[in-house]
Amino acid sequence: MTRRIAVAGASMGGLRAAEQLRSAGWEEDIVVLGQESHPPYNRPPLSKELLAAPGSAAEALAAVTLRQRRTATGIDWRLGAPVTRADLSARTLTLATGEELAYDGLVIATGLRPARVEVPGPRHGRHVIRTIDDTLGLHRELCPGTRVVVVGAGFIGCEAAATATSLGCQVTLVEGGSGPMERPLGRRLSDGVRRFLAEKGVHCVSGRRVVEFLSETGDGYDAGSHLRCAGVRLSDGTEVPADVVIEAVGSKPNTEWLAGNGLDLADGVLCDESMRVIGARGALPSVVAVGDVARYPDQRTGTGARRVEHWATPADTAKIAAPALVAGLNGEAVPEPAAPLPSFWTDIFKIRIQGVGSPALAERIEVLEGDPDRPAAGAALGYYRDGRLIGAVTCALPADKQLHYRKLVTDAGVAARLAAV
Amino acid sequence: MRTIDVDRSLCDNHGQCAIAAPEVFRMNTDGVLEYEPTFDDALLDEVEEAIDVCPVQAIFLKD
Repeated sequence: MTRRIAVAGASMGGLRAAEQLRSAGWEEDIVVLGQESHPPYNRPPLSKELLAAPGSAAEALAAVTLRQRRTATGIDWRLGAPVTRADLSARTLTLATGEELAYDGLVIATGLRPARVEVPGPRHGRHVIRTIDDTLGLHRELCPGTRVVVVGAGFIGCEAAATATSLGCQVTLVEGGSGPMERPLGRRLSDGVRRFLAEKGVHCVSGRRVVEFLSETGDGYDAGSHLRCAGVRLSDGTEVPADVVIEAVGSKPNTEWLAGNGLDLADGVLCDESMRVIGARGALPSVVAVGDVARYPDQRTGTGARRVEHWATPADTAKIAAPALVAGLNGEAVPEPAAPLPSFWTDIFKIRIQGVGSPALAERIEVLEGDPDRPAAGAALGYYRDGRLIGAVTCALPADKQLHYRKLVTDAGVAARLAAV
Repeated sequence: MRTIDVDRSLCDNHGQCAIAAPEVFRMNTDGVLEYEPTFDDALLDEVEEAIDVCPVQAIFLKD
């Protein structure tokens, strides 16, 4: 009888997993179950080019739909049919449609959803950026002169602030606990980016957080009303009026459907270095996870398991997970897993910041080139832990520079293997 | 031999292809992509990976 691998999640992680299952020699059934009705698409443009100029809904979707490998044939795509429950011992999934689906192997690729700012106030007029529908809806509200408050200064918050400013909006960026992209870039470059954003017209608010969303009437919040959000109140009591609020305060892993199976779901789903999900008695041979929902050991820094929310993660992890799952289902030995090197980039007002490795885990940061206080003029920084280069970031430098610094990080080796020598 | 095409109107010189398939793609000292339009079948895996990791999907494999 033909066996079936079910892939829960039909975004980039689900697509890359299905492609890599075929590349790993799996010729039996693959069914991919997705929440959104759209085929897998590329999300980085959602806060940048596509938010600036999406065109029609059809044009927007065409611009970001991911091309699929020609070898990825015979895949049963079931879009708009998210998984609501899994029974890993019975090997069955329950779909939102009520249908039950049996599987032999399972790929967890359900990704993330945006976290929300959990303070009192009206909901209407507050946006997040995760799906193409979010971007189309937000774009319609970003007109010249529109007052925009962006809450959160990570990659998405900074990109959205830059895009809205370039569309002529008056933008206030409420940073919250840390500066612009401070966690991945470090304090000094973050301060440089803040100056750059300010020069470009973004009003940056540091050291204060949002404590309340204001309503149109200005006389307090009525939980029963459908008033539109009219701004934010900050922790020092300041009020910032807004026509549009964008919340960019991070994400939450979509793992609720896996509850009750004895998995570690404390932050995403815990896996081993082969992306096999860890059950009560060790790694499961028939369940793997890919993408930013997976928490897996960081072999390069030796700092334990964590989730990696970068664009390259689905492809990197699918290449490891697919052969491990096929081997597990065939009762074969799991191949030695690679240790993927994380990488990321962001484009803000035409300057590109590219990073490699794990700069957020640095104990010490050194300037390798240029001046991080003036990021638009070009700079590179090295990030060290235990005396070893574990990451590098280039800012407004040509890509060959990024390749050069990437090689330095690669040459610095993998902590787990260095320790074993 | 296989053939590829890079759509220069899409290419944004991220350089990810040069990491995945350095025999076929490289970034010059101006940070601009240079590539071999034809490559040996033995490099197909690497080139397919380069296509996957292109953030703007600018690389096309020809028949």
